[in-house]
Amino acid sequence: MSTATEPIDEILKRGYDAGFVTDIEQEYAPPGLNEQIVAFISEKKNEPEWLLAWRLKAYRHWLKMTEPRWAKVSYPEIDYQDICYYAAPKSKDDAPKSLDEVDPELLATYEKLGIPLHEREILAGVAVDAVFDSVSVATTFRAKLAEVGVIFMSFSEAVQEHPELVKKYLGSVVPIADNFFSALNSAVFSDGSFVYIPKGVRCPMELSTYFRINAAKTGQFERTLIVAEEGSYVSYLEGCTAPMRDENQLHAAVVELVAHKDAQIKYSTVQNWYPGDENGKGGIFNFVTKRGLCEGERSKISWTQVETGSAITWKYPSCILKGDNSIGEFYSVALSNHRQQADTGTKMIHLGKNTRSTIISKGISAGHGQQTYRGGVKIMRGATNARNYTQCDSLLIGDKCGAHTVPYVDVRNSTSQLEHEATTSRIGEDQLFYCRQRGLSEEDAVSLIVNGFAKQVLKELPMEFAVEAQKLLGVSLEGAVG
Amino acid sequence: MLKIENLHVEVEGSPILKGIDLEIQAGEVHAIMGPNGSGKSTLAYVLAGREGYEVTKGRVTYKGQDLLEMSPEARAAEGVFLGFQYPVAIPGVSNVYFLKAALNALRKHRGEDPLDAIDFMKLSKEKAALVQLSDELTKRSVNEGFSGGEKKRNEIYQMAMLEPSLAVLDETDSGLDIDALKVIADGLNTLRSPERAMLVITHYQRLLDYIVPDVVHVLIDGQIVRTGDKDLAKRLEAEGYAEVRNAMQP
Repeated sequence: MSTATEPIDEILKRGYDAGFVTDIEQEYAPPGLNEQIVAFISEKKNEPEWLLAWRLKAYRHWLKMTEPRWAKVSYPEIDYQDICYYAAPKSKDDAPKSLDEVDPELLATYEKLGIPLHEREILAGVAVDAVFDSVSVATTFRAKLAEVGVIFMSFSEAVQEHPELVKKYLGSVVPIADNFFSALNSAVFSDGSFVYIPKGVRCPMELSTYFRINAAKTGQFERTLIVAEEGSYVSYLEGCTAPMRDENQLHAAVVELVAHKDAQIKYSTVQNWYPGDENGKGGIFNFVTKRGLCEGERSKISWTQVETGSAITWKYPSCILKGDNSIGEFYSVALSNHRQQADTGTKMIHLGKNTRSTIISKGISAGHGQQTYRGGVKIMRGATNARNYTQCDSLLIGDKCGAHTVPYVDVRNSTSQLEHEATTSRIGEDQLFYCRQRGLSEEDAVSLIVNGFAKQVLKELPMEFAVEAQKLLGVSLEGAVG
Repeated sequence: MLKIENLHVEVEGSPILKGIDLEIQAGEVHAIMGPNGSGKSTLAYVLAGREGYEVTKGRVTYKGQDLLEMSPEARAAEGVFLGFQYPVAIPGVSNVYFLKAALNALRKHRGEDPLDAIDFMKLSKEKAALVQLSDELTKRSVNEGFSGGEKKRNEIYQMAMLEPSLAVLDETDSGLDIDALKVIADGLNTLRSPERAMLVITHYQRLLDYIVPDVVHVLIDGQIVRTGDKDLAKRLEAEGYAEVRNAMQP
């Protein structure tokens, strides 16, 4: 009797579409990390002195820190001196000023990834910032956004054009010495996106950044900062891909969000970094620190993530609910196939009164994939009437994968209410056979079952991203009813 | 429509079916009765193409094609439907979404355009009424949180939607109270047609009071030991399988 999971495995073995390499002239920093390299990056970016000092402070902190090993992931030691900390497409002189000046080879790369910058600008009404290795290559729709006062540009540009905002908020949510990877990022971050939504403005379109690692032996350390002033709203999307390479590549990003009184930030990620091959060779090590501060009353931050890529994922998008009546949400679908390992979840830290948080986590493990949900809910003394609802569900495909749930709860105020629900299930041969008996192909059946499992999270994604995410999960929307 | 010849089937090395011969014409309803473990469900699964059932001998011809060569979905596309004894739940996938995907897969196979949402919902309402399946149940996740009776009615609703040529109904009556049994039997009687054949597998005779079969087969220990008309089912009920088995002894 053949095992029921074989055909599923076939489907899951489908190739990684974004795995090509772009042949483009690059400028590199020599591999290795020291104060000179930090200074080199800062100089390349023509940064003010305070920022260099900030980077150096981070670097010196980092030297004293040790890499965290508490996550349920195993990987060989990372040689931080063997990594290149800066790579940039060599453009004529300065960075391109408009899309017309962007290297056509680069535009073709994004086209291949399904991100036609030109068309998207016109058709979709989505403003895109594209980050290629260490630098931002194009930001679309800037003029239109500027009309309503929204600032959306690469981080490097923001440092030049809005230093006062950058200085005020950089490191305000994720401090320099927060953790090993955030300290490393603070020392060597090269680019990323900067978003500022002024008071009372509802950002008229989705903002989106596509991150692409191209160069070999290069780390990507991007920095994203989003500030939403009182009563404003923004929805921000990020997507990521990388070429297939045999060696592991390091990605250590930091994302900081600040929501003032009555402001809302919706942050969605579809992460599809190269996961390595079937035997676990190659793939991105993804160590990311994402944190949002609900600074003002009634502010709200929602994280939605679909994590299908990376060899190692270490990521806990979190919310600090400081303002009274503020709301934090975390919706996650993570898929680990082959030898992928994901240790992901969230932290909800309740400081203000009547703060509420919701955590919905859906883990899918297949092949030899290992999947851990790690979540912390902390109710501090002043958080009267705080509420949390946590649900984490795991779906197993095959019998060689694993799913683990590690919830931490710390309650210091007796008026709070916490709920936790968890389930583990398996795609059964019986479910597959049931679908096929009704006429669905095996592939459609797997898609349907996985889609059903992840539905609660996918419906939180903006429409445009939901389609991409479903495609990534191997799901077709064909035949959808109302 | 369906011709089974000398079918031998093993599951994990043990022989379960030991030479089945059976022929069903379009428009006929055949019942297969037998005690637990006689191989009734195995026959149903083999006809639908489930993995893990090894055909060691014999052949099955369906509409002139070698059925055993076809994948489960290809059989479904050609009009083979299995009403499951234990329908599984698919969380997060609504019943109508599931059926629309299934129906449009079949339509595609037949070279027809997919039904749009409006036509589909109209059809769904009509068919759900056949087995008194509420609107709410058609929209809920497939079989999730359904009672035993609701699951069985859902199977017949799906059959009504997919309009198969050959329906194999595996213990559709098990776990039903008498009212639910009548609802299902009424639904199935409505679905009887000169173009459609049904193979009704049951442990008890009572379903056959409502769905009167043209032919009754008794399956014991992997072999069809008796074939007769509807009265055979009544005799079985009165005398029990043991009697039939003893009568078979040389």
